[in-house]
Amino acid sequence: MAQTGRPTQLFRNMSAKIAAIPMVLTALVVFVGATLWTVYHSFTKSKLLPNSKLVGLDQYERLWSQNRWLISIENLAIYGICSMIFSLVIGFLLAAMLDQKIRFENTFRSIFLYPFALSFIVTGLVWQWILNPEFGIQKIIRSLGFEEFVFDPLYNPDIVIYGVLIAGLWQGTGLIMCLMLAGLRGIDEDIWKAARVDGIPMWKTYVFIIIPMMRAVFITTLVIIASGIVKVYDLVVAQTSGGPGIASEVPAKYVYDYMFKNQNLGQGFAASTMMLLSVLVIVIPWAYLEFKGERSRG
Amino acid sequence: MADTSATNSETTTMVGPRGRKPKRALSPRNIMLYGTLIVIAMYYLLPLYVMVVTSLKGMPEIRLGNVFSPPVEITFEPWVKAWSEACTGLNCDGLSRGFWNSVRIMVPSVAISILIASVNGYALANWRFKGANIFFTILIFGAFIPYQVMIYPIVIILREMGLYTKLGGLVIVHTVFGMPILTLLFRNYFSSVPEELFKAARVDGAGFWGIYFRIMLPMSLPIFVVAIILQVTGIWNDFLFGVIYTKPENYPMTVQLNNIVNSVQGVKEYNVNMAATLLTGLVPLFVYFVSGKLFVRGIAAGAVKG
Repeated sequence: MAQTGRPTQLFRNMSAKIAAIPMVLTALVVFVGATLWTVYHSFTKSKLLPNSKLVGLDQYERLWSQNRWLISIENLAIYGICSMIFSLVIGFLLAAMLDQKIRFENTFRSIFLYPFALSFIVTGLVWQWILNPEFGIQKIIRSLGFEEFVFDPLYNPDIVIYGVLIAGLWQGTGLIMCLMLAGLRGIDEDIWKAARVDGIPMWKTYVFIIIPMMRAVFITTLVIIASGIVKVYDLVVAQTSGGPGIASEVPAKYVYDYMFKNQNLGQGFAASTMMLLSVLVIVIPWAYLEFKGERSRG
Repeated sequence: MADTSATNSETTTMVGPRGRKPKRALSPRNIMLYGTLIVIAMYYLLPLYVMVVTSLKGMPEIRLGNVFSPPVEITFEPWVKAWSEACTGLNCDGLSRGFWNSVRIMVPSVAISILIASVNGYALANWRFKGANIFFTILIFGAFIPYQVMIYPIVIILREMGLYTKLGGLVIVHTVFGMPILTLLFRNYFSSVPEELFKAARVDGAGFWGIYFRIMLPMSLPIFVVAIILQVTGIWNDFLFGVIYTKPENYPMTVQLNNIVNSVQGVKEYNVNMAATLLTGLVPLFVYFVSGKLFVRGIAAGAVKG
């Protein structure tokens, strides 16, 4: 608070600069500095401690020859693609239903969105319990007379990632619905009137008029989903701990385990750099589009 | 199809004269719409229901029934046990420790991150200086960098500062990673405040802090509430930073919960686990249901660049 007394006429904007110091430090030290540090050290042979001796692409070669890493990538791809498709489709359908001028809209919205307030740990643990074959869905169906019914996604290595997906979708679709609903509300009422006058059926209006108009919302939503997917960690830790075996491992867990449990920092750095790369592949084209749009608008 | 619509129009003509609305409330379309919504709503509510019923059952009852069956004999023992007796490793003092740790982490983190970000957003919106936008752009793009890339260098930085595994270190981490979204939130809000107001205050001789405390702060209580909601739920739900930057006796509630439920020792007490899970979820759920529309505003602000 010592800055209050400074003559602002002389030190023009001094207070603003002081106020921005945390931002400058965060941007330069953490976001730029730490990222570059990690990328640099992914080319070294750091083991228990960071080591600055460069060894080229050794860490990456080892990374891509690890079965566990390949499974992690495969899981992330399956989880990512399914989660993008399903959360967009479900989110949009829910939003479209809520946009029909229905009663109790707030109640329904609150119900669809509340899982988003819960942590991935809570989400993972609840679904671990519901999907428990001894007491959960499998038991209920069996007790209805289907003795041979099998539904144990968390114990079957082939489908375990879909078990995680069910929980992830439950937690996250509410957010997508909210974004889509905001997009739908942003569309001019006159468009609907014009479509109705022309006698275009509702679903056609959605598919051919409304959705193309909401392109920007869809793209932004996709970027949000995608950058969230790369970070998936807590959900897997809580729901399956990466199991059975290594069947539901994900890259973020690989990074954590190699850095803090296996004391093999170099592998962790290389794996996290790969994660960064995959985010850049998504974010850069998006930023380019956004930036171009802003320039033509302004 | 023809039949149903005929009966429907019949019922509506019968009801019609008494009701005020000329619209048909029970059209096939509405039945479909509300039916679908109710089924989906039940699906979304199911896990919450399962958590509640399981946490109120005794273990023998759980072994006999399934996850959905309502409790025959309601017992609150699992809640007591989860709160004060559940074990993680050698510690058997329950989730209460994690709860208070989370509170001790959350309160300063929320306060400091919001204070810094609001002043920063104010500086960016009203006191632009050369180069400010470069740092702001880095900040926003930084929000997309996976945390995994930055966690280890931050361990080194905190160790050098003597704050690694200390509460203060975790507060710094939450402040840093909350900054992009909060700064964006405050910058956009302060930008929308009429400029005349700001200019008038400057003419009257108010400085940077004077305008912030006497004009901006009182005017922007709603956005502070949004920021608080965002941070309270975000920090309470954090797992990754908690597990990396604290030591076991300071673990936040989420980490302790995971350790309790996923511990391999002993007999699994599903009712205690679910009571613990529900206890951990109560704080964000409470914030969510109390805040209502402000929560939606917070996440929308967080998600869509404004």
